[in-house]
Amino acid sequence: MNKSNTLKEFYAGLAVMIRNFDLVKRYWKWEVVFFAYTIANTVTMGFVGKSMGGGNRTILYMIIGATMWSYLSVLFEVLAETVAWERWEGTIEYTFMSPMKRITHLLGTCSFAIAYGMLRTFLLFIIVAPLFGINLAGMNVSATLAVLAVASISFTGFGMMGAVLPLISPEKGVQVVHIFQAFILMISGVYYSVSVMPKWMEMLSYFSPATYALEAMRKTVLNGEGIWTIMDKLVPMALMGAILLPLGLFVFKWGERFSKRRGFLKRNG
Amino acid sequence: MNSAVKVHDIKKNFKKSGKTIKALKGVSFEIERGEVYGLLGPNGSGKSTLIRLMSTLLYPDYGKIEIFDHDVLKEENAVKRMINRVSVEASFFMKLSAIENLRYACGIYGFPFGRSKERILSILEQVGIPKSRFNDPLENFSRGMQQKVAISRAFLTSPILMLLDEPTTGLDPKAKREVQSMVKNVVQKHDATILLTTHDMEEAEKMCDRISIIHHGKIVAEGIPEKLKEQYSAQTLEDVFLKVIGVKLEEADEDE
Repeated sequence: MNKSNTLKEFYAGLAVMIRNFDLVKRYWKWEVVFFAYTIANTVTMGFVGKSMGGGNRTILYMIIGATMWSYLSVLFEVLAETVAWERWEGTIEYTFMSPMKRITHLLGTCSFAIAYGMLRTFLLFIIVAPLFGINLAGMNVSATLAVLAVASISFTGFGMMGAVLPLISPEKGVQVVHIFQAFILMISGVYYSVSVMPKWMEMLSYFSPATYALEAMRKTVLNGEGIWTIMDKLVPMALMGAILLPLGLFVFKWGERFSKRRGFLKRNG
Repeated sequence: MNSAVKVHDIKKNFKKSGKTIKALKGVSFEIERGEVYGLLGPNGSGKSTLIRLMSTLLYPDYGKIEIFDHDVLKEENAVKRMINRVSVEASFFMKLSAIENLRYACGIYGFPFGRSKERILSILEQVGIPKSRFNDPLENFSRGMQQKVAISRAFLTSPILMLLDEPTTGLDPKAKREVQSMVKNVVQKHDATILLTTHDMEEAEKMCDRISIIHHGKIVAEGIPEKLKEQYSAQTLEDVFLKVIGVKLEEADEDE
């Protein structure tokens, strides 16, 4: 790809990102509703931790689960619902008939999801932390950021795989995405250690990048562990990202060709 | 070669509730460069399917479409850079403003934001959108105004082939006239080839250099409007349609 085409793709990716921020701005009332729900959920989990008795450490254990899950859910949902959302708005055909490459389209959506998810998680933490008097003095900041970065890549690949469902099944795709998301929540040890699950479920949990992300995050925040000691979590997560990202793109392109043969790239709603 | 579009023996079936619907049954035609070509037909005759095939949004089961000598299937990206489309629904992010929607439309065609802003403001003024409404959500615009913004969006990317899929359907007579004259003006300025699908025989007669009538997925008549009227000894295109199909357009709609 020459310089001019690279620039065109850059502007296209940026356009997708800015459009999504424009939509957040225009749908601000819904944003407030969803954010209020996330705050309530996180606070509830904090109180569950408090009621269990273990002090600051248990409260933080639960809050890490809630905030991390909120972040990963945003990444997954924004990507997985990118097709469903455009189908509902009625712009899907215009986006798909533009010369923007599909990878640019998806990476633009990912960049938005990461920026938006980080901002939301940061705000969430700022609001919730004072309620429980959380002390983060022992947190290893650089290792925590590394976990977030690697987890974002893995989940992006997951999201791309999920995005194909509304593409190939306009009516049932979104519902299946939500079932998949709920399954990931159940097996990834968001609010409990995966060791409490039956063996077969524990085995499944190691195929979810969220399991590694949560375990690593708890080590860096609760124990202040550094990057080298959480390599056993970072490496599998990075490997999953390396596999899931290209696989997600491949599956999405296959889904696009399938829907073009069947005539599924139409608006509805 | 002077052909902007070559459609050769296109067939397309859809499966719905276990049934096979034959949307296009071997459609062929050519459009010359700079021509305004009308595709007339009742609802469900295959007009929009053809537009979607040309827009790279659908794959044919059989046949070939070339746009400025580029195969729509094999050279999808080259084709995408040459075309744009206005559909019967305005198809916008309705909560976003005209400027926000057009900025997105320019961006995904690779235009930088700085340069596109001037183009957007200028084209919105050209189509008669008041400056005071530029930042209003499109959901607060009338259908006619939304359609004007849709036409602006399509011409912003300087396409050399414009696919107009019933752009005036559902508009009141005043808005319809405005959109028609706007299309004429923009066509002259941009030197584009136009494929216009419509229900409206009067519109077709007024705007098209050549037309074809499509019915049940087949082209059943093609020619210059005046010649077609001569050929079928008809006063109007409506009469031509009646003689070719055997029923009036509204009745054909009901049959679909």
